[in-house]
Amino acid sequence: MTSSETAERPVVQMTGISIEFPGVKALDQVDFRLFPGEVHALMGENGAGKSTLIKALTGVYGIDAGEILVDGEPHQFSGPGEAQSAGIATVYQEVNLCENLTVAENIMLGHEPRRLGAIDWRATRREAARHLATMGLDIDPASSLGAHSIAVQQLVAISRAMVVDAKVLILDEPTSSLDADEVAQLFAVVRRLRDEGVAILFVSHFIEQVYEISDRMTVLRNGGLVGEYTTAETDRLQLVSTMIGRSMEVLEDLHVSTAHTVAVEEGSTPYLQAVGLGRKGSVQPFDLDVYSGEVVGLAGLLGSGRTEVARLLAGADRADSGDTRINGVPVRLRNPRAAIGSGIAFSSEDRKAEGVVGDLTVRENIVLGLQAGRGWMRRLPARQVDEIVDKYVAALGIRPANPRALLRNLSGGNQQKVLLARWLATAPELLILDEPTRGIDVGAKAEIQKLVAELAERGMAVVFISAELEEVLRLSHRIAVMRDRDKVAEVVNTDDVRVDDVVELIASGGKH
Amino acid sequence: MAAVAPEKRGTEAPPVAGPQRGRRMSTIARRLRIDRRYMPVVGTFVVLALILSVGGVRYDNFLSTNVLANLFINNSFLIVLAVGMTFVILTGGIDLSVGAVLALSAVSAAYLLDAGVPAAMVMPAVVLIGSIIGFLIGVMVHVFDVQPFIATLAGMFFARGLCFVIAPVAIPITDETFVAISAWDTWVGGQWRVTTSVMIALAVVALAFYLLHYTQFGRTVYAIGGGEQSAQLMGLPVARTKVLVYVVSGTCAGLGGLLFAMYSRSGYSLTGVAMELDAIAAVVIGGTLLTGGTGFVLGSVLGVLVLGLIQTIITFEGTLSSWWTKIVIGVLLLIFVVLQRVLTLRRT
Repeated sequence: MTSSETAERPVVQMTGISIEFPGVKALDQVDFRLFPGEVHALMGENGAGKSTLIKALTGVYGIDAGEILVDGEPHQFSGPGEAQSAGIATVYQEVNLCENLTVAENIMLGHEPRRLGAIDWRATRREAARHLATMGLDIDPASSLGAHSIAVQQLVAISRAMVVDAKVLILDEPTSSLDADEVAQLFAVVRRLRDEGVAILFVSHFIEQVYEISDRMTVLRNGGLVGEYTTAETDRLQLVSTMIGRSMEVLEDLHVSTAHTVAVEEGSTPYLQAVGLGRKGSVQPFDLDVYSGEVVGLAGLLGSGRTEVARLLAGADRADSGDTRINGVPVRLRNPRAAIGSGIAFSSEDRKAEGVVGDLTVRENIVLGLQAGRGWMRRLPARQVDEIVDKYVAALGIRPANPRALLRNLSGGNQQKVLLARWLATAPELLILDEPTRGIDVGAKAEIQKLVAELAERGMAVVFISAELEEVLRLSHRIAVMRDRDKVAEVVNTDDVRVDDVVELIASGGKH
Repeated sequence: MAAVAPEKRGTEAPPVAGPQRGRRMSTIARRLRIDRRYMPVVGTFVVLALILSVGGVRYDNFLSTNVLANLFINNSFLIVLAVGMTFVILTGGIDLSVGAVLALSAVSAAYLLDAGVPAAMVMPAVVLIGSIIGFLIGVMVHVFDVQPFIATLAGMFFARGLCFVIAPVAIPITDETFVAISAWDTWVGGQWRVTTSVMIALAVVALAFYLLHYTQFGRTVYAIGGGEQSAQLMGLPVARTKVLVYVVSGTCAGLGGLLFAMYSRSGYSLTGVAMELDAIAAVVIGGTLLTGGTGFVLGSVLGVLVLGLIQTIITFEGTLSSWWTKIVIGVLLLIFVVLQRVLTLRRT
């Protein structure tokens, strides 16, 4: 691959691309090349400008400066439709298809075979079935898309991309909700397309996957180009440090700060105590103690009941059995407001839908929780707000460090930090974090992990949920293992507890 | 204690009955091999059959071809309105202007005919009035990103106001060609009376069905209802389609006005007040989700027939106030909206 690099002409060549949003310089003089028959990984932290670069290439955003050449021809796309007709197809992180339509329609929409001007449905389904077969997908084209798993929908989206005989296929975080088998299936498809000469632009936070699939990579940082590398010649440590733009200090630091010292004295009362707490159809009754200064991890597979436990503890769902005690006093957490009043903050896993408010500024988002707690009649004085906002923007390293920036213009990792800042500003006694590090990059992840460890050190009780067992193990003092909506085990995290042990607990259901 | 007991029963009963009934419904659907997408329409059909059989049992002559043929004749304009409304609601929008546009079209027809303009020119002209208003609304909704509710509300006031400017009092239609066209009828199978307006309404239904299911425009309508952003990213012509659905709805309203002028042989500014709500009710009862993306134009026709049959039953009953129609429609609407909620909740 590398030898042909100079000989061949890139199918996509972007030079000096700049894009500016109000208050944010999203891309600054970025160059990017993509060759036919390669898998090219676009790497960078959240906010580095990966999504923006993709959206510039696909015509979702207009560019303020620079030039885009596709097959040597200058192009200025004004929408995804135009990019598609130039042979650039995109599969987005959240599958952007219509769940109300059938699989066949989703693949063929806009390219249906016609007969006498009318859509020929039989031919449409046949054509769709043919494309599905090349993906190795055996599903009924006439079934409705919503009935299939995200993984299948992802492959359907790729099938759609191939209908237009795309020369360039952009995969934006395609693997974030797939399991290992599904990733293997996806990669098999990607490799075949590459061998057929399609240029594939691959964006992922999973570094191992990038090494598995990509030939070359381009690294962005803070909207600027860092460099273009050949994957085989770049080692992981080197890559990560170029991405985060500093040495591995942050990650190293973390290991020191999270030595598993259980900060709990024997015989003391837990801050929060759940006794036989459960909800029909949601999670089996469970007992859980969380002490101040302690991080309790919830481990389990997707759908094992992790989130349900968090929602019960935070009063987001009402329990129909058992009770909750705070400092030994029984309380009824009828709704999140009551929980907040009791010093419990819950940061939900779906930050887009249940967390941040995109149309408010960073500043407004941070003080939202605090202001709600005070009631609207007693406005926080502006100076106090500034103090709080400045403090958290600096402490959490929110970028851009501009409190007036609209939240939706921030990257995922920074939105998560803002959400965290909102809860921290309310000075909770117990912080429940559901997947706080999902879909955010290594640097931001490490920073959030470090922050969690520090908060616990300072006496806050933390419930930490993550799909990544390594992360749960690294941070938690104790781990509750969930399986099939039931708490099956609880382990004290010592240095000799390993990921495999937890996996075994999940697999065996705690019975040895 | 006494206060606690009923509350407890109240909270416990539905979770038991709900899923069971849902399961039974889906078992029936599976046995009959009905796709879940068609369930609401099947529901409408069941309601229609129910009303027909109740009417048939209670009154002599209810199930006569005469009554049923009149059902189509008396509701032809509402069928046309409901068809246009279906397009808009499928994209997730709403069109409140159609009642007033219908009135404007009818009043304009009467006014122009009264002024001596030939019917051959008047008829396309008044339909065009609807298209133009629809286009303006579409531009407001898409280009200026105004909420459909507000944009069409503005359209409604505009059209209704214009009615009064054109004709403060009712204008009778006496033009010979126009009267001849509206009075024309034929007997299908010697039994079933079909008028010009019924023919037009059925042609509109057929055309709408073709547009929605066999053209890219129609599929884009569904895609927008399923997710506007997705449709955009799939490279579909979202902007054009969103404007066009309001043009379709406006055109249907203009045509509806023409049919209403044929039906009433006059133009009156207070025609069709709140008729947009009847159209919306018909569409919803016909199984189209107000959130867009799911529904069928034939369902909307069934919805109109359901509304018409309720009216017929109340007439047959004789002693009941016609306002009972509204009450029954209200109850039906409620049932259908709840049914839709149940179906969409089960999906997620």
